[in-house]
Amino acid sequence: MINILGKRYYYFALSMLIIIPGMIVLAIWGLPLSIDFQGGTMLEVQFASGNLPSTEDVVAVYSQLGINDPQVQTTGQNTLNIRSSFLDDSMRSEILNALTTQLNDQAELVRYESVGPTIGREVTSRAGIAVGVAALAVILYITYAFRGVPHAVRYGICAIIAMIHDVLIVISIAAIGGHFFGWQIDSLFLTALLTVIGFSTQDKIVVFDRIRENNNIFRRLPFETLVNHSIVQTLQRSINTQLMTVEFMLLALALFGGITLREFAVILLVGLFSGTYSSIFIAAPILVVWEKKEWRSWFHRTPVNA
Amino acid sequence: MNRRYLFLIVILLVVILGVWINVPNNPGLKIGNFERTLETQLGLDLRGGVQVLLEADLPETTEVDAQSLQDAVQILENRTNALGVSENLFQAAGTRRIVGEFPGLTNPDDVIATIQETGQLEFVDMGSAPLPEGTVVKTDFGLAETAPAPTSENPEDQIYHTVMTGTLINSVAVTRDPTGKYVVNFELKPEGRDIFAEFTASHVGQYLAIVLDKTVVSTPVISTAITEGSGIIEGNFTNDSANALAIQLRYGSLPIPLKVVETRVIGPTLGADSLNKSLVAGLVGFLIVIAFMAIYYRLPGLVANVAILIFALITLSVYKLIPVTLTLPGIAGFLLSTGTALDANILIFERLREELRAGRNVKTAIQLGWQRAWPSIRDSNIAAIITCAILFWFGSQFGATVVRGFAVTLFLGVLISLFTAIVVTRSLLNLVTDFVDPAKHSKWFGA
Repeated sequence: MINILGKRYYYFALSMLIIIPGMIVLAIWGLPLSIDFQGGTMLEVQFASGNLPSTEDVVAVYSQLGINDPQVQTTGQNTLNIRSSFLDDSMRSEILNALTTQLNDQAELVRYESVGPTIGREVTSRAGIAVGVAALAVILYITYAFRGVPHAVRYGICAIIAMIHDVLIVISIAAIGGHFFGWQIDSLFLTALLTVIGFSTQDKIVVFDRIRENNNIFRRLPFETLVNHSIVQTLQRSINTQLMTVEFMLLALALFGGITLREFAVILLVGLFSGTYSSIFIAAPILVVWEKKEWRSWFHRTPVNA
Repeated sequence: MNRRYLFLIVILLVVILGVWINVPNNPGLKIGNFERTLETQLGLDLRGGVQVLLEADLPETTEVDAQSLQDAVQILENRTNALGVSENLFQAAGTRRIVGEFPGLTNPDDVIATIQETGQLEFVDMGSAPLPEGTVVKTDFGLAETAPAPTSENPEDQIYHTVMTGTLINSVAVTRDPTGKYVVNFELKPEGRDIFAEFTASHVGQYLAIVLDKTVVSTPVISTAITEGSGIIEGNFTNDSANALAIQLRYGSLPIPLKVVETRVIGPTLGADSLNKSLVAGLVGFLIVIAFMAIYYRLPGLVANVAILIFALITLSVYKLIPVTLTLPGIAGFLLSTGTALDANILIFERLREELRAGRNVKTAIQLGWQRAWPSIRDSNIAAIITCAILFWFGSQFGATVVRGFAVTLFLGVLISLFTAIVVTRSLLNLVTDFVDPAKHSKWFGA
């Protein structure tokens, strides 16, 4: 039987290889939060002639209306994306009219979003609270569902540690993508993150379920062997489910889904892959680390019995 | 009766119902008070439109009572209906916010301006010193003490006495006066008529200001006592602004002042584009998955494909029955729940293979495979349901429609996937083994 658990510290290191650079990018440049989270106004326009005006012209139109902080970006679909501080609702038609008359080209609204600064902050903090409460509820449920197994609470906590790992992976990718490819963290990103969280806990439970079952069958087996055995038994299912739910569906979405959905699909692809990966290579190994209390030998010369 | 046949009948009925619901040009469903058009409801991000989030314009510490918020929702709905905006929707979100949605609209300036006004009309005693139109005034309406009669000094600090408010108006109409200017005619309720008659009789020669949301609209002089209980509001009205005022008076003033804190406008082309692309992507993904299942798991794979199609059929039907508004996050929730439904089948089939490898015959292997896979299906789905419930609560509490749309479709999908895993896959597998002799064709089962 394949020995998956033996190299557990290598897997931890592999994850850190993504998370640490991601966190460094995050610490230096921050997350490219969209107006959904920090408040502000975003106007996406398209022009009847099909040509896009220069950034200077747009900035000039804005500053005439007393808005001094517009950031203009062209999108892949021949539209202009203009962000600014939060504007009153009546400004929308004023801006569109001004763009049309001063640039002499009919400006057509594609998308307009205006989020008050307090709302944006609230969404961010409340989303955090909701996920936190959900995580706690999941820990409680897993503890209850695994009550027949020794140290049931560990399963819930390990599932949540692995889930946090997945969230960190997604945030790292988003931070790196945001800095180098201009991605924006918007409400669609929040959806992707929620999907990853939902999938991640489901996937952990499937692997843990096998440990629970084997625990009742092979009582004499050392814990590490037992867990390894369980992972190998569920490996085929993990691969197939991952292929079905993730790779096939999302590759289709990434290839055919248009620009707006492409970022979303890439984030999901990475996040859901991480969801399966962390069941096998993070959650279950941590269970073993915990069982053997390996941290006691981390700082001693005696090598870990790998 | 044997439970197996009962399950098969249930499946058959569900499928027939599902097909009927999803047939194009369905006439709709009407059972007593339960009426559904059975059309897929698309969210604003897929069809274009406007979403606004209104918040009570009161200090954070002031509590807004639930009844006022509900009344405000009703009044907003009446006002927009009167403006001829179809399919609008208002919902209270949490304790101090209201989400308004206007599908198909792209330039909602007038609508938002009209609904957002509080629409508090007051008839204010100005004494003998009229204020010009547009002046913001303070009144004693809602205060404990009645303001003294106005003096001509310090008009800024003056608190004026409100004789009566717009709630005593019975009906309003917009007409044009002989010079062609727009005016709003009003007729008072009996108690209003009495107050009006008494006040005008005792204040002839003085000014009675008409004040809307604390701003003076007009300040007519009382020439004679008005006893018939009707009158005219003059001001610098256009046709639209006169109608807006009439609508505000007709449907009453908002119990709480509101301000717009969030606006989202999705142009119709962007919406249609997102919809088409995600549909194509979904279809392509679905076809690949079906092919893979059939090739990898063979006969059970085909059974799973039928189960997944039934899953999709039921889910779409439930969306239409509830009805669930589909948004992009909602589609993400649907796709994830499709994944969950597939996962349940994969879990069962992997166990089935294990049992076959252990040398059991196909019938026993199916039974055991299902039994052993069940705890993991159950526990992982319950965890998903718990997560959904918390996200749904969060989404509706704070007007975060993204989160709520996702939670609703995922929740329904997970419930339905439990049904397809428990009932459909198992019943169909049993049915198949009745017709195909598993002993002869064990290869078809991947043994």
